[in-house]
Order: sequence, then C-alpha cells, then structure tokens
Amino acid sequence: MKVSMTVNGRAVEADADPRTTLVEFLRNHLALTGTHIGCDTGQCGACTIHLDGRAVKSCSVLIGQAEGAAVTTIEGIAAKDGLHPVQAAFREHHGLQCGFCTPGMVMTAIDLLQNDPAPSETTIRQQLQGNYCRCTGYHNIVKAVQAAAAEMSAPQEASTQMKEQLA
Amino acid sequence: MNQTGIGKSVKRREDERFLRGQGRYTDDIRFHGETYAYFLRSPHAHARIRAIDSSAAEAAPGVLAVFTGGDLKADKVGGLPCGWLITDVDGNPMKEPPHPPLAQDKVRYVGDHVAVVIAESYLQAKDAAELIKVDYEELPAVTATPQALAADAPKVHDELDDNCCYVWAIGDKAKTDAAFEQAHHITQLDLVNNRLIPNAIEPRAAIALYSPGEDRYTLYTTSQNPHVIRLLMCAFVLGLPEHKVRVVAPDVGGGFGSKIFHYAEEAVLTWASRKVGRPIRWTAERSEAFLSDAHGRDHVTHAELALDQQGQFLAMRVRTTANLGAYLSTFSTSVPTILYATLLAGQYKTPQIHAEVTGVFTNTAPVDAYRGAGRPEATFVVERLVAQAAREMGLSQSEIRRRNFIPKDAFPYSTPVGLSYDVGDYEATLNRAEELADVAGFEQRRLAAASYGKLRGLGYSTYIEACGLAPSQIAGSLGARAGLYESGEIRLHPTGKVTVFTGSHSHGQGHETTFAQVVSERLGVPFEDVEIVHGDTDRVPFGMGTYGSRSIAVGGAALMKALDKIINKSKKIAAHMLEAAEADIEFDNGLFRVAGTDRQLTMAEVAFSAYVPHNYPLAEIEPGLEETAFYDPSNFTYPAGSHICEVEVDPETGQVQVVNFTAVDDFGNVINPMIVEGQVHGGLAQGIGQALLEGCVYDPQSGQLVTGSYMDYTMPRADDLPSFQVDMHGTPCTHNPLGVKGCGEAGAIGAPPAVMNAILDALAPLGVSQLDMPATPSRVWQAIQQAKQRQAA
Repeated sequence: MKVSMTVNGRAVEADADPRTTLVEFLRNHLALTGTHIGCDTGQCGACTIHLDGRAVKSCSVLIGQAEGAAVTTIEGIAAKDGLHPVQAAFREHHGLQCGFCTPGMVMTAIDLLQNDPAPSETTIRQQLQGNYCRCTGYHNIVKAVQAAAAEMSAPQEASTQMKEQLA
Repeated sequence: MNQTGIGKSVKRREDERFLRGQGRYTDDIRFHGETYAYFLRSPHAHARIRAIDSSAAEAAPGVLAVFTGGDLKADKVGGLPCGWLITDVDGNPMKEPPHPPLAQDKVRYVGDHVAVVIAESYLQAKDAAELIKVDYEELPAVTATPQALAADAPKVHDELDDNCCYVWAIGDKAKTDAAFEQAHHITQLDLVNNRLIPNAIEPRAAIALYSPGEDRYTLYTTSQNPHVIRLLMCAFVLGLPEHKVRVVAPDVGGGFGSKIFHYAEEAVLTWASRKVGRPIRWTAERSEAFLSDAHGRDHVTHAELALDQQGQFLAMRVRTTANLGAYLSTFSTSVPTILYATLLAGQYKTPQIHAEVTGVFTNTAPVDAYRGAGRPEATFVVERLVAQAAREMGLSQSEIRRRNFIPKDAFPYSTPVGLSYDVGDYEATLNRAEELADVAGFEQRRLAAASYGKLRGLGYSTYIEACGLAPSQIAGSLGARAGLYESGEIRLHPTGKVTVFTGSHSHGQGHETTFAQVVSERLGVPFEDVEIVHGDTDRVPFGMGTYGSRSIAVGGAALMKALDKIINKSKKIAAHMLEAAEADIEFDNGLFRVAGTDRQLTMAEVAFSAYVPHNYPLAEIEPGLEETAFYDPSNFTYPAGSHICEVEVDPETGQVQVVNFTAVDDFGNVINPMIVEGQVHGGLAQGIGQALLEGCVYDPQSGQLVTGSYMDYTMPRADDLPSFQVDMHGTPCTHNPLGVKGCGEAGAIGAPPAVMNAILDALAPLGVSQLDMPATPSRVWQAIQQAKQRQAA
C-alpha cells in the first residue's frame, strides 16, 4: 500500500506491505535506526516515537494508521548544533549505559514534560513505567528527567521576569 | 587539576551518539543483497525427531535454503563447546554430552534449534518455517532442579546413566564435620536461588557474510567477547582457520552475561553464509530471547552454619543442586562450582567450610553466567545463614557480623575454600552503611509504620566477590580451557594523537570514557586526543572480553603495561634528542625533561620523532611508537561491601515496598565515580528484581516456558524501585597497577539477601522464618497466613 507522512519535518512517501509496523518502516525504509525494537508485545518502550505530538510505541502502529501523520523520532529532536534539553540532561546525569532503551526513554520523557512541566519523582517513575531499562536501575534516568524539567522551565521563568522588568 | 583524569566523573563520550539515535547496533547494520534467517524451534521440552520434511518450505516464495541438523552433520560441523572442565569428586571428568547447533535426533528444551530457513525477507522465512513438517515423538520431560536426579526422571541425554553432569566438592569434609560436632548452635536453611532470564533490552542478533574473493567470513554479533566467539566457533564448531574469520561486536545493548556465550545461531549463520553466498541476518524476537538466551541461577541448597556460644562461626556445610539446563553452555559448569563455592567464606573468618555441588541436566534452556554468576548464589547462602543465626542467637545483625569479620590487619587472608583475599576493611564499609541507612533511627521508623498498619524490616548483606577473572594458571588448574588475561595496544600517531585497542568490550560500561581517562592521564595528552577501539577481531590484537567485572582490573592493567612500554621507549627517544642519558630523563604530565634542567620535549614531539626518525637512535630502537601488552593477573580482585535494605510490608496484601536501599562498596580505586555509581544502581535493580519480582517458571508437566514474555516475566520498572543511597570506601587492590577491583556485579550480588533479610525481619514478629524469592505479594501473604495458622494451632 502507498503511505505518506511527515517524518522529522520531511515529507515521505512509500509503497510498503500493509503488515509493516511503523517502527519497521522507520528502520527499514527510512534508515532511521535510532528507534529500536526490544520486544514483540508492546512492553519495552524502546520503539517510542512521537505521533502527532504524542509518545506512542511504534511497534504497535501499522503504517496505515500513520497515514498523513507527523512523526518525530529521536533523530528529529535535537537542534542542529546542540542536544535537546532532555538529551543533555541524560548525558549530564548518566541516565544511559548501553544506550539501547535510551531513544525510547528520551521520547517518553519529552512527552511527560510537555504534559507536566514539574513532575514529582513519583510521577516520573509512574510515567516511565512503559519503558524498560535493564542497565541504570532508573535512578539516574529519574534524576535526568528532574533536571531537564528544571532546565526547560527555567528559561521561561527568566523570560517572564525579563518581560516584567521591561514592562 | 586534571578534569578528565583518574577519579573524575567525566561525562561519557559515547552518550552523544546514543542520545542522537546514532548508535550502531548489530540490527542497524545493513548489507547489499542480504537475506534473512528464521530459526524453527522445538515446541516440545523433550522429543525424538523421527523425520523432518522441509520440501514445502524449500519451495515457498523467497526461500533460498532450509538447513537441518542432518546438513550440519554431513558437513562435519561440530558441537558447541563448554569452556570449563569440572572434575568429579571421584576424579572423573564431568559428563559432556554433544551440543549440536541444530538438533540431531532429539530436541531437549522448548526453543531448541531444529532448522533454519533463509529467505529474501524475514516474513518469507518465518512463513516458510511453518511449512516444515517435523515428526516428533514426544517424551516425558524434567524441568525442576530437585527432580532431575529422581529415579524415574526422564533422561535428557540417552547416552548418560542419569541426569548428573558432575558431583564436585571443595573444602575439608572431615574437619568441617568435626567442627559441627563441637557446635553450641547450628542454623540450618533450605534455600532456592530462583532461575532468572537475563533480558538485555537489545535482543541477540547476528549477521554473517562470506567473501569468496578473499575466502573470508565476517560475523557481526551481539557479543561481550568477539575474540572468544571466533576462537570457539573456528576451533571447535566450524573448523575454520581463525585468520579467515573476522568477528565484530559493534554497539551492544546490554549483556549481563547472556552475551558471553557462543550460541548456535552464530555458528549456523556463519556456516550457511557460504552455502547461500549472500549475507544472512538474524535478530531474535523477544520470545526467542526468553526461550533461547542462557538463563541464570537456579540452585536448590541445604546450608548449615555451626556457631560457638559467642556467635563465632565454627564451620559451614553446604549441599547444592545446580540446574545446568539441557546442554552445557560456554561457562555453565564453572558458575555453580568455581565461581560459587569458593565464595562461601564471605567476609568472615569461618575456619572450616565444606561444599558439595551436583550439576544436573534438565529439559530447560542452558543455564550459564548472569550478572554475578555464582557469587550472588554464594552470598545468598552466606548472608541468609548469618541473618538467621543472629535471630536464633539473639544477636543484632551488626554484632554477629562484626564478631566474625576478617579483621583489616589479617590480610592477605587465605580462606578454607581456596581464595586468598588481598585487602579489605569490612568494618569501615559497615560503619558507613549503618550511618547512611540511619540504622539508629530504624526503631522509630518501625513504630511509625506500625501506627499505619505496615511492618518495617531492616536487612543486611555484607558480601564479597572474586572478580578480575582470572589468573590463567589457577583457572587452568581448576579446569578452564582458556587463558583469562587481557590484551591492550597503545598506538601513538605521528601528531601525538592516540588510538587504544582493548580486548575488553563495552556494552554499557563506558570504556570509551574510562579507558581514555586512564590513558590520557598516564601519557599526559588531552582526553580528546585518545580514542578507544574495541569489539573487532580485525583491529584488536586479541581479547578475552568483558564479564566477571574484569574490564578495568584486567583490561585496564594490560593498557597500563602497554603504556609503560610506550613511556620507556619514549624516554630513549627523548634522551637521544635532548642529548642526555636515559637515566636523567623524567616523565611527568606529558613532558620528558632532563632532570634539573628546563630542557624538555612533549609527548607529541617524541611521537613525531618516532615516525620521522631523522634525529633518532636507529641503532638502538625501531621507529614508530606502538606497543602491545598482555596482562595476566596474579590473583582475583575482591570487591566487598555492606548493603542495607529497608522495606515496608503490607500484611493485608503481602505487598513489599523497598523504602530505602543503601550500598557502601569497596571497589578499590575508582576511575570514574559517576560511572561506577551507575553500575551499582543497575546491579541493585537486578538484585532487587531477583528478590521481589523475577522468576523463570517452566510448567512441570509440559515443560513449556510459562514466563516467556514481558507480560509473564516481571522485570523491575521505574516505579518498582526507590532511589538508592550509594557510597564507596576503597582499599586499593594490592596486585594490579591501578589498584582497582571491578564494580559491575556488586549490586546484583549484595542486594538479594539484603532484601530478603529485610522482609524476614519485618515478618519475624508474625512468626515467619522462611520465604523464597521472588517475594511476590502472594507468597508473602501466604507465608503470613501459614504463620498465623501455626500459631493458632
């Protein structure tokens, strides 16, 4: 079947077997191998991407379901010359070891912070429930998400202050 | 001063590529003309194969070939070897039945390899595999460890008398028995060390290619030790010359032991790549990983501790049955023997220990090393015994340990089970752990918890492990069929940049950062100028790989030896260039200086001269600046520590919550504290997972794997765990150049008994004294109900 969607801001069209899952499409057709496959039951979260702005497990989406959608993968979140604040926080706080779960974990964390800019540790742990990590024991991932939350809300506060001062 | 040197928490350089999705794992690598393999696996735990008809599969769309055990046999492909020969108590070698890469005549566990289909696409290969007709004669199966030696147990291997692989023992039985005769008190426990499925998040994968022009094979594989895979596959299985085979282990997504071993898929793909004449790729589905990755643990143990009136340990007696699975995996036989019973002294001066281990075959996946490998099982026995003895004798958990610790002035200390500990300070780590865990305030917290209906408990585990595997001659005398040194090569380029080749392999440990810290500090060159290369038999001279917390202790030591050679040669070059005697050249922080003068050369200037040898002592030394070293350790290293776990149990539901976990570890010197703490966190998660959540279950009748997916096998998720309190107190290792001990396994070793002792402490007031892992709510609740019934009766 023919499908078309936007992936990391780029329009893509392809002819693929309708049984193809979105993660297979990203990896095999678009060579976006940053999105990983860690299981076959939708449990591990290594394949998490953003579909129209929401974090979803791309192993559980058939390409037909992504027709016309805007897809963002781990390859599409960093600015050209720097890391996304969540990526930077994972590096700063050693929130990754083997790196295999990392892309999915980062995509879930970004979604979490979009919905809750100042989550508690309990909320972070509950929200990351869908992503397995076997290396870190989650300790530093939680720290990284907390730090990213602070980082991502800080400039806004600063700019608000600046606006107030200017007014 | 040096922000990237030894002891600094340098941020990892590998992170950038992983965070951007630019890691290069095996399944990310593509080749022109590649084909896909699908392995048909046994649906039965035990069956005779009467016939296989693969004609329909061969004719299916896209199929290039179907191979079965018969094809391998016809081509004289050998079995998968076991790397450690254990000698029986009677002096006989262990039973070593064949381990064919594709089943011959019989299948022996659910998931055993029956055939491989190679096709243009994965779905075509998988569809075609369904067309293979296998005529099975189902046989009764035995999966449970205690049943393997029952008189009526089905025999896994027809040619053996029974399912016994070996009965092995260590220690002085007569003296141990005599000490038990003198005992004031004997504590006895029956323990099960639950079977685990490792579950690295990257499933195993492999790609094999044959290049007819060069008559050369290349295998990409998810391995912790590519050189070992090449050696085993070439020398034992395929009979290929090693110099015609390249094995690459690129970025690997976690191993935890399960990616040490030489697996059937690697050999079959490599062999088939020449038959098919095109690259062949295979990536395990998660359900295949559950079925066919080597599992871990699975011990059943009766253990006894003899004590005198003061609570001093007199002797320990241990009887263990260890499940080896259906076939002997690469290091399987050493795990419940050499890596287990030698650790039964723990941190204590127990004078007599005797242990007997029976290794048994069952109709289950092979069992081999999983994070800790033998040492978690030993620690579980020792620390459960000690905790129980303290309760029985009315001593505190702290006191019983302190009365029996090997004192810090007693090192080197020889244990009654064959090891010689070089150094340690067990009181110091316990003091720090008790302080961090606020043991003094526990009673108040216990009362507070009681006020809202919860039971609080505190559990100790003061563990030791033997790491830095291993002195080759000792290992050899104990049955190892390989050396256990490590290699390293340092290459200075003409401009002073450095490439380091190490036989260690990083699959999450961060060697690209820590090894660069060591090399840049020693050579005095910028951290950014040092690159670490690993995981490729064509690039790295040799390597025994990464497992047993050995990378920095053995691999790092090899680099230190190579660095010494580089510096020694550089001094000769500098002496010539500075027109001074070699003995007068001092090397410090990247500068070669004539002692007492300001005449000096940088490392880069010396390197340049080595490659442009115009003013150079050519009569004495060769041009170039590149040195290789192999380091064979003289002893194991002995990381040790104190873990204290605090739990809250809901007596109404049996739910256990870990409310605090404190780990204070002695890893000797630490290269990068941030990375070491991360290793501890990960180990603790796996250890707490074993204690509370994880357990592999085979159905006792059908032999089917019941816990065959993430919906059935419970791994820790983020909200199952607390944040950890981690600290270190190092006594430097005395026999390796960095004074390091290794940190990768400690968490998984220390945590399980700490958690279980905490739960038993919480439940002690209810009369519960026995509980097996995993301590699921249903098990805890049942234990509480049974205790209530006993007390009511």
